[in-house]
Amino acid sequence: MTESKSIQETVQDVISTLKEKPGALLPILHGIQDALGYIPADSVPAIAQGLHLSRAEVHGVISFYHYFRETPPGKQTIHICRAESCQAMGGKQLEQHAKDQLGIDYHETTPDGQFSLEPVYCLGNCACSPAIQIGNDIYGRVSLQSFDAIINEKKEQA
Amino acid sequence: MSISVYVPCDSSALSLGADRIAAAISLEAQQRGIAINLIRNGSRGLYWLEPLVEVVTDAGRIAYGPVQVTDVSALFDADFLHGGDHHLALGSIEELDFFKKQQRLTFARIGKTDPISLDDYLANDGYRGLSNALKQSQTDIVKAVTDSGLRGRGGAAFPTGIKWNTVLNTPSEQKYIICNADEGDSGTFSDRMVMEGDPFVLIEGMTIAGIAVGANQGYIYLRVEYPHAHIALNAAIEKAYAAGYLGDDIQGSGKAFHLEVRLGAGAYVCGEETSLMESLEGKRGLVRFKPPLPAISGLFGQPTVVNNVISLASVPIILDKGGDYYRDFGMGRSRGTLPLQLAGNIKHPGLFEFAFGLTLRELLYDFGGGSATGRPIKAVQVGGPLGAYLPESQFDTPLDYEAFAANWTVLGHGGVVVFDDTADMASLARYNMEFCATESCGKCTPCRIGSTRGIEVMDEIINGQEISKNIPLLRDLCNTLLNGSLCALGGMTPYPVLSALNHFPEDFGVTDTNNAA
Ligand SMILES: Cc1cc2nc3c(=O)[nH]c(=O)nc-3n(C[C@H](O)[C@H](O)[C@H](O)COP(=O)(O)O)c2cc1C
Ligand code: SF4
Ligand code: FES
Repeated sequence: MTESKSIQETVQDVISTLKEKPGALLPILHGIQDALGYIPADSVPAIAQGLHLSRAEVHGVISFYHYFRETPPGKQTIHICRAESCQAMGGKQLEQHAKDQLGIDYHETTPDGQFSLEPVYCLGNCACSPAIQIGNDIYGRVSLQSFDAIINEKKEQA
Repeated sequence: MSISVYVPCDSSALSLGADRIAAAISLEAQQRGIAINLIRNGSRGLYWLEPLVEVVTDAGRIAYGPVQVTDVSALFDADFLHGGDHHLALGSIEELDFFKKQQRLTFARIGKTDPISLDDYLANDGYRGLSNALKQSQTDIVKAVTDSGLRGRGGAAFPTGIKWNTVLNTPSEQKYIICNADEGDSGTFSDRMVMEGDPFVLIEGMTIAGIAVGANQGYIYLRVEYPHAHIALNAAIEKAYAAGYLGDDIQGSGKAFHLEVRLGAGAYVCGEETSLMESLEGKRGLVRFKPPLPAISGLFGQPTVVNNVISLASVPIILDKGGDYYRDFGMGRSRGTLPLQLAGNIKHPGLFEFAFGLTLRELLYDFGGGSATGRPIKAVQVGGPLGAYLPESQFDTPLDYEAFAANWTVLGHGGVVVFDDTADMASLARYNMEFCATESCGKCTPCRIGSTRGIEVMDEIINGQEISKNIPLLRDLCNTLLNGSLCALGGMTPYPVLSALNHFPEDFGVTDTNNAA
């Protein structure tokens, strides 16, 4: 079980680096998700212990925030903006197209483990609607065709 | 001497390929043996022209846009490095009407400078406000902000000076300044542009706030959806520390101010100030009952200023030029300028900073150029997802807090989202209910349960079922939300829903015979 040990080590490292900060829980959860892509259920006891919280409290916080996930994501997570400005520029068609092309719904991952799909409510890219984000890369004025091109490019990068 | 070329690093410009343009320009210059100095600036906010490339010439900064990678070679052929003519040439950027007719106070530097160059910031009036503040008493700093008439730009339009005064007058060993950079409202991006395009102005504004009220610790609560703003803020904070603009002894004054960026985690409600503080404390973002006011008992129970990015970024110019200077812009009780964000189905989307008082119609047509599709504009949602939809009959409303309030509409954070005549207002109203249900913190029943019920009712209405029963039901639900919610998420979701219903009843299947209104 070297792999799970390294997960536990990563979690411990993040906790010990950040636990002295005031209000350390969110920074710790971000640190873990940045490192592992998600917050494994078996990291909860360690976080709880490090911050003198109950497991239920830690879990309550993880589940409150849409961004934190408890299952591993695909290699890349596609965030599609569902909010009003993007809707005004064909965002709904783009959402449907993305689901059809990837064969998955929101909060799901393609069977090959390549892409996860998540909704997002505004990326601040409303002047270039409709918008999507993959990792730190943001895309504007996304058409159905350019969506396919972006996905193909990402597949090749992987 | 090498020629300076500007290509924005603003994330909307990046979303249109600005990084690829920058790389192509560097490569082409190299291949042609021309020395250029490539600078990454913020965006001018004229997004229909992005990616916008500017070249420094004897005749000022000459702009070209929107530039695609395939245009780069032809631009070199046209000698764009000396302002040569090309079909993408726009002339001097600052002479463009779209730019020249604005009143850029808060956005004075954005698009002009390299955002994370402290030298650039100082060479363009940066830190003059702080320098003045350090010579004044705390009361005088607060008075300048009060005199300016600045009201919070995050949505509630509460006078900033009054809030600061409360914190100043609440004795405590520890006080905090929080910058609300959660910018969750759809159709808004002015906070993002400031953080990516001029992060020092926000740092300066927060430092002035800290000195004014006696707070030595600041937090920027930034939404996680803004990774580029995160990078820019951290880079600027590091430079500010290194140059003694943050730390234990700011510019030899003996005064301390420390600043840290904290990331949100995708919860819209955490933009509400008390939910934000819960989140900063490491908890679920449940909205707190008020009182106590955050100004008296806020973060970790201490007196806390919570202000929006734009509010804080407007403070340096107020301290630099005086409260009167700022107050002389605007109308009525809406003083100064508002950075308006024009988005959705509009030909010229972008950031337009104006003194309060311009009408919505002027913004939509004189600057916005009408819809992007060329079809008639049907409705405009102002003020984010909790803002009302305005029909054409309300387009002459001046952009002013009180004028909007008189129409049962809100100016909020200044976001304006345009819909053409293909928009279905019933499906938008359903979305507004769904958004409320998704983002509810769950503390009050009307918001938690009522919004879900609202989705069901909207589904029946959209399916044409029992309109004469469902419309009154929808109105009842909205009344319950309006009156029984602790915060504006539940309390203002009726604004978009009811305005859609009232102005566009036909989209809800309401006819004269079944009109149960
Ligand atoms: C649901 C909800 C979301 C909000 N989101 C934001 C936000 O993203 N940014 C913001 O500055 N204010 C937001 N506000 C308003 C804040 O509660 C608060 O009024 C504001 O941060 C105060 O700063 P100001 O006086 O400078 O506007 C929100 C309010 C509510 C009810
Ligand atoms: S109105 Fe909704 S979001 Fe606001 S406090 Fe109540 S449940 Fe929470
Ligand atoms: S509404 Fe989609 S990016 Fe803002």
